[in-house]
Amino acid sequence: MKRITTPSVSRRSFIRTSALAGGGILIGFNLFQACKPEVTPPTDIVDIADLNFNDFNAFIKIADNGMVTIFSPNPEIGQGVKTSMPMLIAEELDVDWKNVHVVQGALDTKNFTRQVAGGSQSLRQGWEPLRQTGATAKQMLVNAAAAKWGVDPSTCTTNKGVIKNGNGDTLGYGEVVKEAASLKVPESVKLKDSKDFNIIGKDIHNVDVDKIITGKSLFGLDYKEEGMLYVSVVRPPAFGKKLHDFDATEAKEVIGVIDVFKFGDKIAVLAENTWSAMKGKKIVKAKWTDDSKLENTRDHDKALIDLLNGKEFDTMRADGDVKKAFAAADKVLERVYESPFLPHNCMEPMNFFAHVTDDKVRLVGPIQTPAGTARRVASLLDRKPEEVSVEMTRMGGGFGRRLYGDFALEAAEISSISKKPVKVVYSREDDMSAGIYRPAIKYKISAAIKDGKLTGYHLKEAAVNSNMYGLIPNFFPAGAVENYQVDVAKYDSNITIGAWRAPYTNFLAFAEQSFFDDLAELMEVDNIQLRLDLLQKVKGNTDERIQYSPERLEKVIKTAIEKSEWGKKPEGVYQGFSSYYCHNTHVAEVADVVLVDDQPVVKKVTCVVDCGIVVNPLGAKNQIEGGVIDGIGHAMYGDFSFKDGEPQDTNFDTYRLIRMNETPIVETHFIESDIAPTGLGEPTLPPAGAAVANAIKAAKGVRLTKQPFVKNMENKAVLG
Amino acid sequence: MPVYNLKVNGQSLSVEADEDTPLLWVLRDHFDLVGTKFGCGIGQCGACTIHADGVATRSCLLKVSVATEMEIKTIEGLSKDVSHPVQQAWKEIDVPQCGYCQAGQIMTAAAFLEQNSNPSREEIRDAMSGNICRCASYNRIEKAVQQAASKIS
Repeated sequence: MKRITTPSVSRRSFIRTSALAGGGILIGFNLFQACKPEVTPPTDIVDIADLNFNDFNAFIKIADNGMVTIFSPNPEIGQGVKTSMPMLIAEELDVDWKNVHVVQGALDTKNFTRQVAGGSQSLRQGWEPLRQTGATAKQMLVNAAAAKWGVDPSTCTTNKGVIKNGNGDTLGYGEVVKEAASLKVPESVKLKDSKDFNIIGKDIHNVDVDKIITGKSLFGLDYKEEGMLYVSVVRPPAFGKKLHDFDATEAKEVIGVIDVFKFGDKIAVLAENTWSAMKGKKIVKAKWTDDSKLENTRDHDKALIDLLNGKEFDTMRADGDVKKAFAAADKVLERVYESPFLPHNCMEPMNFFAHVTDDKVRLVGPIQTPAGTARRVASLLDRKPEEVSVEMTRMGGGFGRRLYGDFALEAAEISSISKKPVKVVYSREDDMSAGIYRPAIKYKISAAIKDGKLTGYHLKEAAVNSNMYGLIPNFFPAGAVENYQVDVAKYDSNITIGAWRAPYTNFLAFAEQSFFDDLAELMEVDNIQLRLDLLQKVKGNTDERIQYSPERLEKVIKTAIEKSEWGKKPEGVYQGFSSYYCHNTHVAEVADVVLVDDQPVVKKVTCVVDCGIVVNPLGAKNQIEGGVIDGIGHAMYGDFSFKDGEPQDTNFDTYRLIRMNETPIVETHFIESDIAPTGLGEPTLPPAGAAVANAIKAAKGVRLTKQPFVKNMENKAVLG
Repeated sequence: MPVYNLKVNGQSLSVEADEDTPLLWVLRDHFDLVGTKFGCGIGQCGACTIHADGVATRSCLLKVSVATEMEIKTIEGLSKDVSHPVQQAWKEIDVPQCGYCQAGQIMTAAAFLEQNSNPSREEIRDAMSGNICRCASYNRIEKAVQQAASKIS
């Protein structure tokens, strides 16, 4: 697929080897070409315990006994990269997976730009460089063995960590690591043919599974150090308010509370344990004053509708002339789709450890963007970037929330003031009300039909604070409709917003795929055939901006028809279809809905995915099942509103997340492929809501256009 | 500050704590048993589920002063060697994504299967619906409970 490119690799600037003090070889490498070319390798013999990861963002250590340790560079938020990225290295290194030990690498704050969990990009961008690295290490080991034997390296083969020459002699990797460490890094190496993969494509279990199921310390909230204080933070109760003054006399009397002080518009309560900090926080008497407008959901709704009906837009893509197409149309379809703000609600509430001393700033915790956060902390505390270090813990969910290091900045500031090692811990209420939400968004989609054909498509977006990113206007149906336009407008609010799993597309896909079903109805054509016919028009389109592949989208659609037994279900099973491309992955989903006491219940979702080569099917399916159910859960129940700037839900007693008794079974099918892998953390979520809405339409004849479905008042008859 | 003597995972432990301290924070902050997780603090998510006298209990709502009379079991005490059938099933099916809620899920499942070792699918779905998994690994949790049940019964 021409638009998917993997970074080219300059090995000489990105791989260095060293002999280890404890025996064995250490291979340091940079994963992404975005790194600076001039990096200093660890020199001579090093002790692994002394490594500060300042030169490379990942390492392979091969011990004398052949055991391999891979330091996985990217943050793990549950998307499985701590397992799948090392798999790529191990494949080309040609070792037995059971001899591989994976350790979370720390941050390099200086040289690299993509030590990030976000955008479903880790595997896609790591595909080439990670395999190159494994292959390079393998070649060096082979060269060392060949030299020992006095044979040509090309006569040697490897299998599961053992090198064999033409005479049948064998040497284990561990037996030649010392020699290999002093060899020149080869200029070029050959990567395996995909048919020779032994690890890629196999079901590999989560590398942390034993620790997770036995309750070992893994997460940020589990992290502690001697002398560390726990901190609860009092934040403004509403967007638009600031701190006037406060009285902490009573809070300071709480057993275990050590200190209470103001920083910025917040108040820190430091205590010997979490409970004391939380208890103290609750009785701090703070007075707040209005700083800016106190906003209401009702106002947002009106403002966004006004924007959609207005004339002030930025045009992100315009093909042909939509105005003309609509003027000449026989029929026009127009629909408005509405979504609320959403909090991320990671199960592990935000937290971070910081210890600021005169010579360094140590940060430890769950963060999707360690590098950016380190830079912001350095700037906040006016320190040199190299004085700031970040260690990443496993994360109890991310969903975009942990891209923003606000909680780490709080910890750093509090440690800087108190001169103590501290850990800031959010309660669920803090977590849900501290801001950075998926923004409320509304879409208006219009279609022009002339002589039974779709001649115009006009998408308008009205969003709070931020509009869709530049690639999205080039998703389906861009390229399929002659007159096509995407316009955006935004309403500026003091409520903070940010990326939420599959930003923008998480709702746009619902709007678009719901719209296409209604469009087919109006055009009196089959809903899936309409999509397939449009894709035909994109084939051969030379527009480089178009992001999706019509062939791959067509394939997932046709496979979904077959696997879901589309149209062949017994009476009483209502099906809804949806297909989507985002994050470089093509997906089609079919939801099966039945009526129980006349209410729709989603029983099953068939999900067909083209993500290129499936690196770890076991982990991939987990992402897909989770993405689909997450998409359905938030479409059905996710609701979040504001009154006078104050979030109206702050915990799970009123904020509803999907639970097991409400979940369908997700059946996953992959398109077999030898194309480089693409992301899976996000792409199955966006189409799920429309698949369900389209099935509900089939079951009840009612079109849902607002999320969450349960609060969709016009359709109270549908969902109660 | 009062001192409380607790029986946790078969061990006698004592702690000096404010009387209204939830057992959750005593386990995590005082005893270093961090497998029991904090999710909501109001008994809605199940991340903090432990066994109190064999009953699945939200440790965020159980005050330390009340817990002194009980046999407390946490995820760390469920088995010595990951051998509990529920843990085994979790491992074989590779349930976790982020993994944060899973200790609570496992403790809920283990207590449930003690009461009902041959549950129907609907009984499993109902029994587990008090535990939230934000990654939505629900299909695998369901399958793992079924598998554990088949091994127990």
